[in-house]
Amino acid sequence: MIHVSLTHYLVVSAFLFSFGLYGVVTRKNAVMVLMGIELILNSANINFVAFSKFGNYGLNGQIMALFVIILAAAEAAIALAIVLNIYKTFAHVDVDKINNLKE
Amino acid sequence: MNIANFSQMLSFIKPELAVSVTILVVVVFDLIFNKNKKIIPYIALLGIVVTGYYVIQQYALSGTAFPTSGKYGMVTVDAFASFFKMIVLIATLCIVIFSYYSDEIIKTQGRLGEYYTLIFGMVLGMFVMISASDLILIYLSMELMSLSSYVLAGFTKLRTRNSEAALKYLIYGAISSGLMLFGISLVYGMTGTTNLYQLNAALQGADVNLYTVGFALILIFAGIGYKISAAPFHFWTPDVYEGAPISITAYLSVASKAAGFALLMRFLKTTFVTYVDPHGSWQLFNIFDWQTLLILISVLTMTLGNFAALWQDNLKRMLAYSSIAHAGYMLLGVLVLTNKGVSAVMFYFFVYLIMNLGAFFVVMIIANKIGSENIDDYDGLGYSSPFLGVTFGIFLVSLTGLPPTAGFIGKLNLFVALLDKQMVVVAVIAVINSVVSLYYYIRVLKHMFLTKRDEKISIPVPMPAFLFILVMATTTIFFGIYFTPITSWAQNAAAILHF
Repeated sequence: MIHVSLTHYLVVSAFLFSFGLYGVVTRKNAVMVLMGIELILNSANINFVAFSKFGNYGLNGQIMALFVIILAAAEAAIALAIVLNIYKTFAHVDVDKINNLKE
Repeated sequence: MNIANFSQMLSFIKPELAVSVTILVVVVFDLIFNKNKKIIPYIALLGIVVTGYYVIQQYALSGTAFPTSGKYGMVTVDAFASFFKMIVLIATLCIVIFSYYSDEIIKTQGRLGEYYTLIFGMVLGMFVMISASDLILIYLSMELMSLSSYVLAGFTKLRTRNSEAALKYLIYGAISSGLMLFGISLVYGMTGTTNLYQLNAALQGADVNLYTVGFALILIFAGIGYKISAAPFHFWTPDVYEGAPISITAYLSVASKAAGFALLMRFLKTTFVTYVDPHGSWQLFNIFDWQTLLILISVLTMTLGNFAALWQDNLKRMLAYSSIAHAGYMLLGVLVLTNKGVSAVMFYFFVYLIMNLGAFFVVMIIANKIGSENIDDYDGLGYSSPFLGVTFGIFLVSLTGLPPTAGFIGKLNLFVALLDKQMVVVAVIAVINSVVSLYYYIRVLKHMFLTKRDEKISIPVPMPAFLFILVMATTTIFFGIYFTPITSWAQNAAAILHF
C-alpha cells in the first residue's frame, strides 16, 4: 500500500498544469482551448487543497479552491456565450481561422 | 469579531459599497422602467459622484480591514489607493460621456442597462484590485474585472470584429489568470499564507527554494503583465483595442491599466521590501531580482510598442500600440523601486488619462461621421474641421512628450527618477523610443493637414462634446505649465502603507 504524500498531489497537479497549457497552445477548437484553461485552474486547486492539508496552514487554501471553482463556472458561462456568438458570426469555432483583425 | 468592529471595517470599503449600490440601482431601474433607457447614464453619473465623495473622504484614512488571521487585513486603504481610485473614477466619468455620444452604443440603446451594469462591475473589480492586500482578493478582483470586460469587448455585435475581439480577450485573459493562480498556489504552499504583509514576514530569512520562488513570481507577474499589457503578454492588446467598441477601448487603455499598475506597485512594495531608506529607495529581499526582470520587460515593451505602431494604418490599432509603449514608459517608474518613481508613475497616469481619453474621443467623433478609423480617411480633415484637427494635434504632441504639454512633464518626471538611480542606459533607450514615437503621431497630423481631399466633409460636434474636448485639451496644456498641484498630490499619495 503506497502512502499518499504531498509530493504525489504536486506531481498530479504539475501534470494537469502541463496538459492544460499544452491543450491551450495546440488545440484549434475554441471549446477545447477552454477545456485546457479549466485544467490549469484545477491544477492550481489541487495545489491549494494539498498544501492546506499537508502544510497545516489552516483553511485558507480550501476556501481559495472553493472560490476558484465558482469563478471557473462563471468564466465558463461567459466563455461559452462568447464562443456561441463566434459560431453565429463565423459558422465555425476554429481559433486559428479567426484572425480578421491581423493585417 | 463584534458588531462595532465590523461596522468600523465597513467604513473602509465605502467607495466599493457605493459602486455595488449603483450596480443594483442600474439593474433594478433597467427592469422596472424598461421603456426609458435615456435616464440610465444620469444614474451612472450620480453613482460616480457619490462614489467620488467617499473616495475623497478616504484620502486621509489609512489602515487595513477584514483580517483572516493575524492583525493585517485583506483590504488596505491609504492615500495611494485613493489616488488610483480617483483616476479610475475620472476615467469612468469620461466613459459615460463617451458612451453618450458613441454611435456604436447608441445603436444598442436597448441594452444600455446591461452596458452600465458591466461598466460598474469593472469599476468594482478595479477598486478592490487597487486596495487588495491578499492574493485571494487580488485574484478574485482581477477576475471580476476581466469577466465584465470580456463581455464589454464584444458588446455591440455590430461587426464581426467585435466578437473576434471578445474571443481573443477571453482566451488570453483566462490563460494568464490561470497561470497567475498556479503561481499563487505555489507561493501559498511555500509560505502558508496569502496575505501580502504576512508574506513579507514569512519571506524574511525564509529557507525557500529560489527556483520555485522565481517560477511562482514569474507566473504571478504574467497575470499582472497581461492587465498592464507589458511585452510578452501584450498580444491581445492591438486586436482587442481595434475590435472593441471605442468607448470600451478607451476605458481599457486607461482604467484597467491604472488598476494593474496600482496592483503591481502595491504587490512589490508590500511583499518584497525590507525597509525604505531615507532617500525613498526600496531595499528588496534578494530572493528574486525584480529590477532586472522589470528593466527587460520595460525596454522590450516600449521598443516593441513604438516600432509596431510605425506600420499601423488603423488609428485605434495605432493607439493600442502606443498604449503598449506607454505601459513601457510607466514601468520605468516602477523598476527604479523608489518612492520618487512611484510618484512619477502616478503623475504620468493622471496626464495619460487626459491626453489618451482626449485622443480617443476625437477619433470617436470622427468615426461616428465617416465610419472608419483608417488613417487615409483622415486626409484634409484638419481644414474641414479645424477644431478637431488642432485639439487632436495637442493630444498627439502630448502623447509624444513634447513641451509645453503635460506629457512632457510626465516623461521628465520618469526620466529624473531613472537618472537618480544612475540608470543612464535605460534612460537613453527611453528617449530614443520617444523620438521614434514622434514619427507615427505626427504622421496622423500630416494626413490631416498636409494631404488634400477632393470632397469636403464637415464633422458635426455636439456642443457638450465640443466642451469636453476643449476641457481635455486645455488641461493638457495647463498641466504642462502649472503642474505643481498634481506633483505634490502624487508625492503625498506615493507613501504606500508599509508596516
